Amino acid sequence: MDFTFSDEQDALRESVRRAMSERYPFERVAAIADGDGFDRSEWSLVAAAGWTDISVPEADGGAGLGFVEEAIVAEELGRALYPGPFVPSVVTALPVLRAADAGCAEVARGERIATVAFVEPDALSASGGGATPAMNGAIAFVPNLDVADLAILAAPDAGVAWLVETTGPGVERTRLRPVDATRAVGALRLQDAAARALQVDAALLRHARDRALAALAAEACGVAAHALDLSVAYARERHQFGRPIGSFQAVSHELARSYMDIETARSLTYWAASLVQDRAPDGAAAAAAAKARAAEAAVLACERAIQAHGGIGFTWEHPLHRYYKRALGIAATIETADDLWARVADRAIGPPGGSERTGRPSPEAAVGSPA
Amino acid sequence: MREWLAANLPPGWGEPGAAEPEGEARVGLLKDWSKRLYDAGFIGMTWPKAYGGHEQPLTLQAILLEEFGRAEAPEHIGVIGLGMAGPTILAHGTEEQKRRYIPPLLTGEEVWCQGFSEPGSGSDLASLQTKAVPDGAGGFVVSGQKVWSSFAHIADFCILLARTDGSGSRHEGLTYFLLNMHTDGVEVRPIRQITGDAEFNEIFLSDVRIPSDMVVGRVGQGWSVAITTLMNERANIGFMLASRMEVAFRRLVDLARATPRRGPGQGSMADDPLIRDRLARLWADVHALRLTIYRSFSAFLKTGMPGPEGSIAKLFWSDLNQRLTKTALDVEGAFAVLGAGSEGAVLDGRWQTLQLRSRGNSIEGGTSEILRSIVAERVLGLPKSR
Repeated sequence: MDFTFSDEQDALRESVRRAMSERYPFERVAAIADGDGFDRSEWSLVAAAGWTDISVPEADGGAGLGFVEEAIVAEELGRALYPGPFVPSVVTALPVLRAADAGCAEVARGERIATVAFVEPDALSASGGGATPAMNGAIAFVPNLDVADLAILAAPDAGVAWLVETTGPGVERTRLRPVDATRAVGALRLQDAAARALQVDAALLRHARDRALAALAAEACGVAAHALDLSVAYARERHQFGRPIGSFQAVSHELARSYMDIETARSLTYWAASLVQDRAPDGAAAAAAAKARAAEAAVLACERAIQAHGGIGFTWEHPLHRYYKRALGIAATIETADDLWARVADRAIGPPGGSERTGRPSPEAAVGSPA
Repeated sequence: MREWLAANLPPGWGEPGAAEPEGEARVGLLKDWSKRLYDAGFIGMTWPKAYGGHEQPLTLQAILLEEFGRAEAPEHIGVIGLGMAGPTILAHGTEEQKRRYIPPLLTGEEVWCQGFSEPGSGSDLASLQTKAVPDGAGGFVVSGQKVWSSFAHIADFCILLARTDGSGSRHEGLTYFLLNMHTDGVEVRPIRQITGDAEFNEIFLSDVRIPSDMVVGRVGQGWSVAITTLMNERANIGFMLASRMEVAFRRLVDLARATPRRGPGQGSMADDPLIRDRLARLWADVHALRLTIYRSFSAFLKTGMPGPEGSIAKLFWSDLNQRLTKTALDVEGAFAVLGAGSEGAVLDGRWQTLQLRSRGNSIEGGTSEILRSIVAERVLGLPKSR
């Protein structure tokens, strides 16, 4: 089995990286973040590049690639702090819409944008029942809500999901002010809003969540790798005491730690991506572990990068704070590390309470119960 | 391979509580085991047939190493020979050296040890002081002290690095020797380590004669020969380490399940949320280690060069093993204070020994500090620190 990327995958990565450096150099991302945010008219660029239907089968007009390719795109978008709705619309919403046969063609073509909020089932009430209930409730933290035409409200473990047109009556969208201004987040308030119950099951919705987690992990790898690249470049050129600061092991070994964190997180991320792509049994645990480890690696890599840069890394003008904020944002998105590790533990150990004493030697077996 | 291991593992091997043989009995058992491994066709997979190898692809070797680790099989007694001496002789040795030393090394009939580190030369290996002076008949007379030598107490031969010329730069003037450990003037003393065991030895060399046909490579070119040895040391262990960590993790989960939860409430330590959190992270890291090694190995098969991420495998493994074994002590709680031989010791102190032994992981085979410098300088391209 080959664990390297294929030539085609390398070419895809290269093309995304080039497009980002041409279209979204750092100054532009900073201007978008400090200005009016991502303009949805720019989404057509992503569609034109063929990244919105990347894993849609060729028979359905898509590129016919896999989720690993989507993860490669996500990593490169993370490296550029791309502010558009790739993870919510392409990675997360599209497979749900395709499974439910609900407006997927426009989303796959990039003509419409969809987002997904993972919710607790009791956050919403559906009255009128049936396939088109009237929904009431409030949902915070909906990614890229400001540019989304469609919002999927999904409760994976309950196996239910609703689709809402964001411009419909009874739908109120509020733009929040996230610390990570490179990724818009909104709040959604529904008052007797028209919704459509999607014909999907828990397995599909969990799969969508696993895709989102693995894609965020890939994004975090890109964020972390860029923070490390900036640090290495700076440590080579910045001189103190007559030497480049990167020659001091107090600096260089911290950056070596970042490299180790990033590459081990990347190993987990692409393992998760390939398991999720195959809908393999360990995909959920792998995606959760990858997201937790990659987000942590990104946060640490950015913190070490800020430290290695000294005062300049603490300024608003320097790119690092935006990478740091994206890393913190990823860590807090969908599920935090504590929740993710709890899910991983269920796979690695079995659910709590389910363990049976194996009868192997234990402290008490050896000397009797301690008082 | 799995079937063969299941049918052939020494009885009781690896079972908790089963006493492993010590001393000469252990050497005998391991030599016998090594011979059976060789006869079964599992040893020297990638080596030339002319010297007893099988000329099989590297992938097969990797699978074998993984299955070995998974079965917790005893190691072939020629750990140093297979991992270091053999590859070096194959790369730099004469035809006569290959024919003489490789076959008995594969069968385990002759055991090898390594004489590189010295009391004054650990990470800074090139500063070594052991001297080899020409004896006038083409050979050399060697005096000095070597340390941290595994298997030296039972070894027949030693790969020895000594200084033949002190006038040039530190890396020049070193020569790579094959030393017969039964030569007069060779004295081996075991080093008792933190665990109480003695895996390593000191070797004292007093006017030891080494004939001219036991130089590997050219006189004075020993450093580049030694690099081959050190590269092989790091390259070969990965797959076995990764699968061993999988086994260690499963044993840790077993321990948590077998240990009653402390404080109020029912269940085992496997139900404790803090322990579960740590076990989940370890599970992820065991997979991260395995996959990182796979990535580097795949790159090697594709391009002939291991991927740069391979440089972190040993660094990551040592830290992981230290965290894993310490988690076991925390699972045991107050019982963690009891060691082997004590009444009440959990699994007769197995985890206590493993935890103490793990502190050597970040020192042996390249300290973590040296490895971080290698990552910084060779992978990241940061300026040299010295």
